[in-house]
Amino acid sequence: MAVIQVERKPLTLAERTYLPQIYHGLKTTLKHLVAPTITLQYPEQRPEIPTGYRGVPTLVKDPNGREKCVSCQLCEFVCPPKAIRITPGEIPETSAHAHVERAPQAFDIDMLRCIYCGLCQEVCPEEAIWLQKQYSMTGYTREEMVNHKDRLYELGGTLPDDHFKWDKKKAAEDAAAHGGHH
Amino acid sequence: MDFSFYFDLPLALRLLLQGTAVILVLFPLAAACSMAERKISAWIQGRPGPNRTMPPFMAYVPVIAPILRSLGLFQLAADGGKFVFKEDPIPGHVNKLYFVLAPILSMIPALTTITVVPFGAYLNQAGAWVPIVLANLDVGLLAVFAVSSLGVYSIILAGWASNSKYPFLGGVRASAQLISYELSMTLSVLPVFLWVNAPGGSGTLSLFDVVQSQSQPGLWGGAWYAFLMPVSAFIFLVALFAETNRQPFDMPESEADLVGGFHTEYGAFKWSLFFVAEYCHMIVGSGIFVLLFLGGWNPLPWVPLQTVIEAIGLAGQPLITGALAVGIFLGKVVFFIFFFMWVRWTLPRFRYDQVMTIGWKKLLPLSIANLIVYALVIAWIERS
Repeated sequence: MAVIQVERKPLTLAERTYLPQIYHGLKTTLKHLVAPTITLQYPEQRPEIPTGYRGVPTLVKDPNGREKCVSCQLCEFVCPPKAIRITPGEIPETSAHAHVERAPQAFDIDMLRCIYCGLCQEVCPEEAIWLQKQYSMTGYTREEMVNHKDRLYELGGTLPDDHFKWDKKKAAEDAAAHGGHH
Repeated sequence: MDFSFYFDLPLALRLLLQGTAVILVLFPLAAACSMAERKISAWIQGRPGPNRTMPPFMAYVPVIAPILRSLGLFQLAADGGKFVFKEDPIPGHVNKLYFVLAPILSMIPALTTITVVPFGAYLNQAGAWVPIVLANLDVGLLAVFAVSSLGVYSIILAGWASNSKYPFLGGVRASAQLISYELSMTLSVLPVFLWVNAPGGSGTLSLFDVVQSQSQPGLWGGAWYAFLMPVSAFIFLVALFAETNRQPFDMPESEADLVGGFHTEYGAFKWSLFFVAEYCHMIVGSGIFVLLFLGGWNPLPWVPLQTVIEAIGLAGQPLITGALAVGIFLGKVVFFIFFFMWVRWTLPRFRYDQVMTIGWKKLLPLSIANLIVYALVIAWIERS
C-alpha cells in the first residue's frame, strides 16, 4: 500500500484574489451563452427512440393481416398490476383465418394501471403483444386511458413474422388428411 | 425646434412630469430585467428560456409576434399580471403593519436615488453641456449613498416583521453585509472626487461634473477613471455587487440555507415589489459606476461625445445630442446589468464568514490603502 503524499502548494497571490479564476469562469460561461441551445423543443421536435424501447404495450398483426393474439390470457394472468382484461372469442368459420385457434373478442389494457414491465410481451407464446416506441399516453378521463382492442391494433401495426405457425400447422393437417401420413 | 412652451410651465408641474417620465422608464426597465435574468440564465445553461407564451390574437401578427414570443416578452407581461391579480396572503403570525410597510419602503430608496443620477446631457445653443437629470445636486453622490443605504431598513423590517427564523436571519445578514460593504464603497470613490475637485475651486460631488472631467481633451483629460483608478473601480464594483445583494453576495436570500431569506413569508405583489426594488438598485448602481468610472455618455475612452457630435455636425441639435447621450449611457448601463447576470451564473455564492472576511479584512484595508496612495499621488501632482 504505497501512500503518495501529494504536496499541496500554498495559493499564489493571484489565486488568493480569485480574479484569474473569475476571469476564466466568465470566459467559460460566455462560451456557453453564445453556444446553440441543446434543448429539444418537445411537442414539435420528438426524441429519437432507440430500438428495444419499451413503451406502451400494443397488439400486432402478422404480414397477412391476421391478428396474432389467440386470447390465451397468459398476459392477463401474468400482468402484475392487473391492467389487462381479455374476453376470448371464436373466429367465425367463414373467415380466412378460421384455422387459428381463437381471437380476442375484447382486449383492454388500462394504461392507468400498466407499469410498462414488459412481462406480457415476455410471456406471450404468439408474439402478439409488444411494448413499442409509443411513450406518451395522455387523456382527459379514465375511460380515455383504457386502450381498447381497435386502438391497440392501431398503435401496434404489423410486425414481420418468422414462423407463420398456424399456416404451417394447417398445411401439415391438410397434408396429413390427403397423404395419409403425418 | 422650440421648447419654450415647456419651460414656461410652472416648475412644480415640470418636475412632476419629469419624475413621472423617469419612473415610467425605470419601472418597466426593472421589470424587464427579470425576464433578461431568466433568458440569460437559460442561455448560459444551454436552454432557450421562456419562449412559449403568446396571447392568441397575436398569432395573426407576422414577424414581430414570433420575435417577441421567443424573447419571452409576453411571458413577462403574464408574470407581471399574475403578481397583480393573485391572492396576496398575509400569514397569521406576522406583524401586519410592518409586514406591509416593508415592501413599500423598499421601493422608496430604489426610486429616489435616480433623481440625482444624470442619464445624459445635451449641448445647448450656447455650446455648453446641460445635464439631463431630475436634480443636479452638488451633493450628488452623497445623496445617492445616503438614500440607497436606507434600502437595508426595508430588508431588516421585512425580516423582523415576518416573525419567523429564516427571514429574521436573512434580515440580520443583510444589515451586517450592507453596512460592511458601504464603508469600502464610499472610500473607493473618494480618490475620484479628490481628482475632480481641483484645489481652490468650489468643491462638488455632482456626478455630472465627474463625467465632464472625463470628457476633456488630451491624454489625461479623456481617460476614464477606470483606467486612472482601476483599484477604485474594482472595489466599487465588488461593493456594488454586495450592496445590491447580487450573487456571489446574495446572503440575505441565499435560498440554499435560508429558504428565501427576508422574503420567505412574502408572496404575490409584495414579493414582486422587493424584486423591482432590487433591480432598480442594480440599474442605479450600474449607472453610478458608468458615470464615475466609465465616462458616462462618452462613447469611447479619449473620444468625448463632443468630438463625435462636432465630427458628424450635430452641434446645433440639442434634442439629437441629448438622445444620443442618453442612448450611449443606457447602453453602458444595460451592459452592466448583463454583467451582473453573467457573474451570477459564473460564481458560486460565498459563505457568510467569507463575505465578512472579504468585506472587513480585504476590501476595507485595500480601499484605505488605495485612498492614501491616490491622496499622496494627487498631492504630488498638484504641487508640481
